[in-house]
Amino acid sequence: MTPGPEAILFYVLSAVAVGAGVQVIASRNPIHSAIGLVTSFLAIAGLYVLLHAEFVAAVQVLVYAGGIMVLFLFVIMLVNLRDRPPLRPRLRGAFAAAAGLLAIGSMLVAAGRGRLLGTAAGGPGTAATGNLEAVGTALFTEALLPFEIASVLLLVAMVGAIVLARDLGRE
Amino acid sequence: MMPVPPQNVVIVSLLLFGIGVLGVLTRRNAIIILMSIELMMNAANLNLVAFSRQHAHLTGQVFGVFTITVAAGEVAVGLAIVLALYRQFNSIHVDDVRLMKE
Repeated sequence: MTPGPEAILFYVLSAVAVGAGVQVIASRNPIHSAIGLVTSFLAIAGLYVLLHAEFVAAVQVLVYAGGIMVLFLFVIMLVNLRDRPPLRPRLRGAFAAAAGLLAIGSMLVAAGRGRLLGTAAGGPGTAATGNLEAVGTALFTEALLPFEIASVLLLVAMVGAIVLARDLGRE
Repeated sequence: MMPVPPQNVVIVSLLLFGIGVLGVLTRRNAIIILMSIELMMNAANLNLVAFSRQHAHLTGQVFGVFTITVAAGEVAVGLAIVLALYRQFNSIHVDDVRLMKE
């Protein structure tokens, strides 16, 4: 049997995710590692869309590709700037950018395809109510206690990060 | 019916997790080690979502959202520790941090 378009997208996104993951641990420059990491995150978000987990995909893009990557880049800039050669445009960077664009484009195509086909595959909560509504209902009913605990955990992490990163010597 | 067999998703997740383990074991830069840990958490999350789809049950996705939340807190604290290390040792290579070894 011939692979359908979703299967092809799956294999392309998987290859991008794994290849960018290799770049994370293989490149000498931490900035290149960060670019590989964000490419991998975006490709994995595309995989989530393919698996009809649209809400998780959106959270992945917002939290990982948005928040966590900014944190990583800030710390790399704060810590690692000296004894590094200045950034030059390189083939590997261009490849990572192309892979990221490919991942985003695939996500858009997958989203459009899901709308066109009416998501007849019928995953959890995709039929009539939509994935976001189903996940939201689950979060606020059966998973309410873990949800509140997660908010407390985030508060604790925030306070801990501020305390740890504060410069105690200069007060 | 999934577009791809679920074992393929598991294989991708396994590859990502292996890359993460390799990064943690081989790299000495603390920031790269944190990135590798993120890769491993993503691999686990991919498994959760894939099995959620396989069993047509939402719990996997809800758990995935919690995993992402925990990962965000972990990265914030981890990077704060990296910053504190840098202030203390002027280096972020984990080989340079050996206070409790000596």
